[in-house]
Amino acid sequence: MAQGWLQIAVFVAVLVALVKPVGIYMARVFTDQRVFLSPVVGPIERLTYRALRVRPDEGQDWKGYARSLIVFSLLFWVALYLILRTQGIHPFNPEGFKSAPWDVNFNTTSSFVTNTNWQYYGGETTLSYFSQMAGLAVQNFVSAAVGIAVVVALIRGIVARSGRAIGNFWQDLVRILLYILVPISIVGALFLVSQGVIQNLSHATVIHTLTGGSQVLGQGPVASQEAIKELGTNGGGFFNVNSAFPFENSTGLTNFFEMLLILVIPAALTYTYGRMVGSQRQGWAIFAAMLALFVVGVAVVYMAEQHGTVAQHAAGLHTHAFDGSTGGNMEGKEQRFGIADTSLWTAITTVTSCGAVNGAFESLTGLGQAVPFANLGFSEVIFGGVGAGLYSMLLYVILAVFIGGLMVGRTPEYLGKKIGAREIKLVALGVLVTPLFTLLASGLASATRLGTRSIYAGINPQGFSETLYAYLSQANNNGSALAGYTGFIQPNAPGNSGAYGISFADLLGGAVMIGARFLPILFVLAVAGSLAGKKVSPAGLGTMRTDNPTFVFLLVGVVILVGALTFFPALLLGPVVQSLTTRLF
Amino acid sequence: MRRDLITSLLAIVVMTVFLGVVYPLAITGISQVVFPGEANGSKLSVDGKVVGSSLIGQDFKGDPRYFQSRPSATGYSGNVTFFGNVGPNSVEGREEVRENLAAYVALEKPFDRGLTKDQVPVDAVTQSASGVDPHISEANASIQAHRIAAVRKLPLARVEDLISANTDGRSLGLLGEPGVNVLELNIALDKEAPIE
Repeated sequence: MAQGWLQIAVFVAVLVALVKPVGIYMARVFTDQRVFLSPVVGPIERLTYRALRVRPDEGQDWKGYARSLIVFSLLFWVALYLILRTQGIHPFNPEGFKSAPWDVNFNTTSSFVTNTNWQYYGGETTLSYFSQMAGLAVQNFVSAAVGIAVVVALIRGIVARSGRAIGNFWQDLVRILLYILVPISIVGALFLVSQGVIQNLSHATVIHTLTGGSQVLGQGPVASQEAIKELGTNGGGFFNVNSAFPFENSTGLTNFFEMLLILVIPAALTYTYGRMVGSQRQGWAIFAAMLALFVVGVAVVYMAEQHGTVAQHAAGLHTHAFDGSTGGNMEGKEQRFGIADTSLWTAITTVTSCGAVNGAFESLTGLGQAVPFANLGFSEVIFGGVGAGLYSMLLYVILAVFIGGLMVGRTPEYLGKKIGAREIKLVALGVLVTPLFTLLASGLASATRLGTRSIYAGINPQGFSETLYAYLSQANNNGSALAGYTGFIQPNAPGNSGAYGISFADLLGGAVMIGARFLPILFVLAVAGSLAGKKVSPAGLGTMRTDNPTFVFLLVGVVILVGALTFFPALLLGPVVQSLTTRLF
Repeated sequence: MRRDLITSLLAIVVMTVFLGVVYPLAITGISQVVFPGEANGSKLSVDGKVVGSSLIGQDFKGDPRYFQSRPSATGYSGNVTFFGNVGPNSVEGREEVRENLAAYVALEKPFDRGLTKDQVPVDAVTQSASGVDPHISEANASIQAHRIAAVRKLPLARVEDLISANTDGRSLGLLGEPGVNVLELNIALDKEAPIE
């Protein structure tokens, strides 16, 4: 295991080293300053404003900002739905795929517009290259940019000392795309191709194998989508098995690179935050809380997976490591990634709202599964999705300030601004709405025949885990899955003739994703509006500090407390049972 | 509101064209010129005929003349992929591993007399994630080497040399796990000791 720990340590070290430079770069982008790309991108930026009829220096209050965001997302939802619905008439469709059923399209559209990338379809058997490129990958860029824009608006609200403006949505959107997401994706995609990730528009290739059989190799413009899929913490695979498929993730190096792409923006945003509020320590405090929770998760999942599963031991398999074999639970894992890198990826993709996988979650050990459950149960605040993670964490920060204030008997203040009843109500709503969607939906799905139809493992703890995880993942806009759970049956794959959706799962999931994405965004923007223009009182002796270890500890405690109180009973029925028993189901 | 509608519609068109068409086509164009081999799937040819991809494993169907790949839920499909979704506490999981163990020992033991169930490496009896894992562990390959040496009438040391020549180490000596590329190894084997 020493080599595995070393790989994990190297990853964390590289990540930490990137936080400052990337954080500074993003802060300059968000505050409209020159960066090294300005000579190239600046003219394109100005041209874009003219084409979109945007006046970038026109500030919006929170309602204006929210209105632009909602109108834009809603119309883009319609556009994507239409593209998927009319798949048959578009170009770049060498396999001649027709549209998937309407309810599956509803789920898929909602999924990509909300940065979730939950997938009830198999990419290579359902979608044309056009749908993947011009439909889904566009949303991978746009929904990520929307998430980042919201956190930038919140930061401006926290900082603003006068006026009600929290920025201009269109300017934020354009600058985030042009200066951050597009350039990194271009470089990232080309690097991935150089390592073997495919990028072409060819028909699937038929080859005659060494033993005289035949094998069909799926093709497509994969790398261009792979780069933004990780960078934007989207996670929707071009292929059904996502980043486990060698054409999406070919080597240990691409795996490392893709993991970095997933975490770099959410991690660096904490530094950006510190810079924008004028105190780097505030950013590091949040980063420390996130890192602590992350590292514990990685360690648990790695040790659990290295142990092997109950079923494997019952079959008489020895799962210890020895020279030339990793040992551990290799069911649903790739040899080139092994136990350590699959475990690390599992933690990364569930602390962020990415949801791309490089192994099968359904085949994780009971305790190994408990980590993704816990990470989602903490509402994706451990780094979290691009933008979404930090704005959710800032809600928890305000909550922690409030609770801390109650404990020491002082009016809660954050960065000199008094936290009043209005802010706390909005924060509580923002924190609780996602768990509410999760629990209501998984309760409904577990209790009805309509819902249990989607289960693959049967009516047992694993089946319950599938259901709970499905709605936990969709509500948190993550998109990873215990992939037996289905909303789309394809009896005649490849192609999709004779395919049908399970409307209940498709529609409920779609509604959950939309509600649990946009309601919290509205609450967050309302908090931003409420804080903007508040007077800043100077810090005195009685001010509770929010940049020291005590506060980090309090913050971690609040996150764990809220998550545990909400989800512990449900978790007992699934992953906890499976990790405590040696029974087979 | 009106302005939001107009700007949204314009943004949808502009972004779909540039992010959804120009960007992927530009990446495709550059890739096809600079990395044509990788961009088209790292294909492997024997005598000018494409026999597979170095990244995609193949099913050798228990043919004793070849090194065997890992178990696959998809029958080594390269265009219809899915996970096996075998749960950690499932009866199905126990049966799958039990059968795979028995089959593995039955195939290898005649050539590797000392082989017991305890020595079988985990990758040999568990399904991969992609269903087309191109690699097996080094331990798995060295057990199979006994069979290959006997069937192909090669010295064991020569087979072991071929294994090391077709082992992909960790990236940069650090990242991931080493694995023996089964298809590349079998191609090398066919070259070394052709099947009549």
